[in-house]
Amino acid sequence: MHIEVRGLNKHFGDFHAVKDVSFEIAKGHLIGLLGPSGGGKTSVLRMLAGLEQPDAGEILFHGELVNQLLPQERGIGFVFQNYALFKHMTVYDNIAFGLKVKKVAKPALKERVMELVELTGLSGFEKRYPHQLSGGQRQRVAFARALAPEPQLLLLDEPFAAIDAKIRQELRSWLRELIERVGITSIFVTHDQDEAIEVADEIMIMNQGRLEQKGTPWDIYKEPKTPFVASFIGESTMIDDVSQLKGFEEAGVGEGTRALIRPEYIEVGDAREFSMPSVTEEGIVHRLHFRGSEWMVEVEVGSHKLMTYRSLEKPALTPGQQVKVLVHRAYLFNHERSWMEENRLKVDPMPVII
Amino acid sequence: MNTLLRHKGWTWGFRSTLLLYFLLLVILPLLGVYYHSFSEGWRLFVDSITDPIAWKAVSLTVRLALTAAIVNMLLGTMIGWVLVRCRFPGRSLLNSLVDLPFALPTAVGGLMILLLLGPASWVGKAAGALGFEIVFHSPAMIIAMVFVTFPFVIRAVQPLLEEIDPSEEEAAKTLGASGVRVFFQVVLPSMLPGILSGGMLAFSRALAEFGAVVLVAGNIPGRTLVASVYIYGEVESDNTAGAAAVSVLLLTLSFVILWVVNWVQTRGKSQ
Amino acid sequence: MNKLWITLTYAVFTLLLIIPLGKMTVAAFSGGLGELGAALSRPEALHAFMMTALVVVTVTLLNTLLGMMTAVYLVRGTWMSRGVRRLLNSIVDLPYAVSPIIGGLMIVLLLGPGSTAGVFFEQIGFKIVYAFPGMVIATLFVTFPLMVREVMPVLQEIGTQQEEAASTLGAYSWTTFWKVTWPSIRWAVIYGVVLTIARALGEFGAVLVVSGNIINRTQTATTLIYQDVENFNVTSANGAALVLAAFSIGLMLMMEWAKKRRGVH
Repeated sequence: MHIEVRGLNKHFGDFHAVKDVSFEIAKGHLIGLLGPSGGGKTSVLRMLAGLEQPDAGEILFHGELVNQLLPQERGIGFVFQNYALFKHMTVYDNIAFGLKVKKVAKPALKERVMELVELTGLSGFEKRYPHQLSGGQRQRVAFARALAPEPQLLLLDEPFAAIDAKIRQELRSWLRELIERVGITSIFVTHDQDEAIEVADEIMIMNQGRLEQKGTPWDIYKEPKTPFVASFIGESTMIDDVSQLKGFEEAGVGEGTRALIRPEYIEVGDAREFSMPSVTEEGIVHRLHFRGSEWMVEVEVGSHKLMTYRSLEKPALTPGQQVKVLVHRAYLFNHERSWMEENRLKVDPMPVII
Repeated sequence: MNTLLRHKGWTWGFRSTLLLYFLLLVILPLLGVYYHSFSEGWRLFVDSITDPIAWKAVSLTVRLALTAAIVNMLLGTMIGWVLVRCRFPGRSLLNSLVDLPFALPTAVGGLMILLLLGPASWVGKAAGALGFEIVFHSPAMIIAMVFVTFPFVIRAVQPLLEEIDPSEEEAAKTLGASGVRVFFQVVLPSMLPGILSGGMLAFSRALAEFGAVVLVAGNIPGRTLVASVYIYGEVESDNTAGAAAVSVLLLTLSFVILWVVNWVQTRGKSQ
Repeated sequence: MNKLWITLTYAVFTLLLIIPLGKMTVAAFSGGLGELGAALSRPEALHAFMMTALVVVTVTLLNTLLGMMTAVYLVRGTWMSRGVRRLLNSIVDLPYAVSPIIGGLMIVLLLGPGSTAGVFFEQIGFKIVYAFPGMVIATLFVTFPLMVREVMPVLQEIGTQQEEAASTLGAYSWTTFWKVTWPSIRWAVIYGVVLTIARALGEFGAVLVVSGNIINRTQTATTLIYQDVENFNVTSANGAALVLAAFSIGLMLMMEWAKKRRGVH
C-alpha cells in the first residue's frame, strides 16, 4: 500500500505531540520510525491506524483520504508494544479473531490460521493460552494475528521492547525475512538505532514531534540533515569552539557554530604514521579502552577531548603518550544551517555544503 | 443487525441514559434534601436542629458511633493481624465469616442481638439480676453498631499487612528490638492508614445505621433515640422539613468523613 | 503469645457472630417445625417474600446493566472531559455515605405526594412512593455503587490495548465488547450481581420509608420482621429472619466462590 501523510498535527491537552509531519512511503517498503521516547512516534503510528484522530493533516492510503475511516475499515494490522493478546483465548482463537469478524468460512479460516501458525513457527502451540507462552512466542502470535486478515499495511509499536536482548537479535532477522516474504508495507516504531538500521529499508527520525529526516540508514549516517540526527545516529564528540582545531579555523567563525566529529573521521598515531604531519595537532592520550576488535582512544587536544578507534594491528599507545591527531572531517552547524566540512589544510579549500 | 447497532443513535442514547441515571438517582435527590431543609427559611432549619430531642438524638448517635468505631479499630487491628500473620486451624473459615455482617440484612442482625441479649435470654436475666440494662439501652445499641460495621477495619488492614515485607520486621529483630517494640514501631505504623480509614468508614456507617439499631434500642426520645430513628419518626409524623434538617446535618458529616477517607487513601498510595 | 491472640480472635467471632446466629436458629425452631411453617405461611409473610423477590429481581437487572454501563463510561468515556469523569466518579460513592433512611426520605421528598413530580405522576395514575416503583428506586439508590466499584478496577487493569487490537482486526464496538471485554470483566460482574442481590434482599431503612410498610401491599421481608418485633411477635419474626439469613449466607458462599474463580482468571 502506498501511504502519504501531509501536515499531520496532534495535541494531547497542552502537549504538542506531533508537529506538522509529512512523508510518503512506497508500496512494500519496511520503514523504521526512530527517535527518543516521547518523540511522537507512537502517536503517528496510532493515527495511521485510526486509533487516534489527528487535529490537522491528511492521511492517504493509495491516494485516498482515510481520515474519516474507522480502524476497522482501514485494512491495517497493528502489533502492540505489549502484544495485547486476548488473554482468555488460545493461540488459535487469537489468530482466528480477525477472520471470524470477517465471517470467513470455517475451512478457509482453519487453513489460513494453520498457514500462519506454520509461518510463525508456532506449530504445536495452537491450544495454549498467552500466559503459557514465552515473550518471543507471544510476539509471534501478535504478529500472526495481525497478518491473518491480510492487511495492506502492518504497523508495529516497539515490537521488540519487551524481549530479552538475546532473543531480540533472532526475532529481528526473522521479522525482516517474514516481511520480505509476505511483501507487505510495514512501519515499525523503535528507539533503538541498531534495530532500525538493521531491519529497515528506510528510517524516519522523529524528535519532539518533528520528522527530522527520512532516508536509507546509510544516507542518514553519511549526510545527517540536522544536528539532532547527527548526534542521534552513530557515535560522535561535540566540540563547542571548532575554530581552535587545525584545518577548521575559518569554518568555525560563524556565531554559535559547533561541530560534531565522528570517531572514524579522527586519526591518532605517531608522527611517522601520517603523510602530512603539518596538518596534525598535538595531543595526549588520556585513556584507552579495549573494545574486543579495536582500541577506543580518548585523546586530549588543547581543551577538547576527542574520541576515536584504533586498529589492534597498529603500534599500541599508552596513556599520557604524546601523539599526533588528524581530524579529517566534521559536521558543523549553527542556528541557520548545518553542513559537512572537510579539513581545509588537507584537501582543496572548497567546503562541501549539504 | 450490526449496521443497526452501529447507528449513531445508540451511542447518543447510551450516553444520555447514563447522565440521566446519575442525575435522577443520585444528584437530584441529594440536592432535594438540602433544598427542602432550607426551603422554609434559615430560621426553621435552625429551629429544627436546635430542637432538644433532635440534637440529643444527633449527639447520642455521634457518641455511640464513636464508641463502636473505637471498639472496631481495636478488634479489627487484632483480628486483621491474627488472620494475616498466624497459621491456625479454621483460619480461612474465620476469614470468610468476617463478611457475614455485610451479607446479613441489618434487620436480621438486630433481631439476632435482641434474641441473645433480650429480657427473656439468660444474658438479659443475669444482667437484670445485677441491675444492668442491656437491651433497649446504650450497650445493646453499641453492640448492634459494632456488629454491623465489623468488617470495615479488618478488610482495610489486611491488604496493608500483606504488603509489609517480612524482612522489615526481621531487620528490626536483628537490631535487637523486642517483639512488642517491633509491633509498635514497625508493624503498627504500616497498618495505621488502614485502621484510620477503616475506622472512619465504620464510624460513618454506624452514624447512618438504622435497621439493627431500631430493633434493639428503646427509642425513647432524648435517651435512646438515635438520629436515623428520629428522622424516620419525623417522616412518619409528616414533619419532612424537620427530618430534612437533621438529614442535612448527618449527610454533611458523612460526606466530610468520606472525603477525609479518600484523602487518607490517596495519600497512603502516593507514599 | 500468638496463642492468646488466636484465642481472643476466636472468642470475638464466637460471641459476636456465631452465638447470635445459632441462637436465632434455635429460637426459630423452638416451637417446632409446625410453628415455623405457620409463621412463614401467613398470607402477609408470603406476600412480603414475593415483594422482596420482585424488588430483588428488578433491581438486580437494572443495576447490573446500568452499573456496567456506568463503569465502562467512567473508565473509557473519552467523550467526557477528565474533570467530569472525576466528578461523576466521586458521586458514585455518595450512596455509601447516605443513611438508608435519608435515602428513602430523599425519594419521598422528590417524588412523594407533597412534591410536584409526585402530584404529576399521581394524576397520570402512576404511583411511585408507597408503591413498587418507589421501592425499586430506593433499593437502586442503595445498591448503585456496588456494581460500578466491582467492574471499574478490572476495566482499568485490562487497559484499552486488547480492545484496540480487536478494532484494528475489524471488530466493531459490539463485537469487541462481547468477545474481548466481557470475558475479562465477567467475574467482576458476577461478584457485583451477588453483592447487589445480597444488599437488595436485606435493604430495610430506605424501603421502610418509601414503602410505608403496608401489609399485603408494599411490605417486604425485612419490614415484616420489623413489624413483627414491634408487635412483640418475636417467634414469627424469627421465621422470616431465618429464611433471609439462610439466603444471605448462601450468597456469601457464592461470593467466596466467585472470588476464587476470579483469582484464577
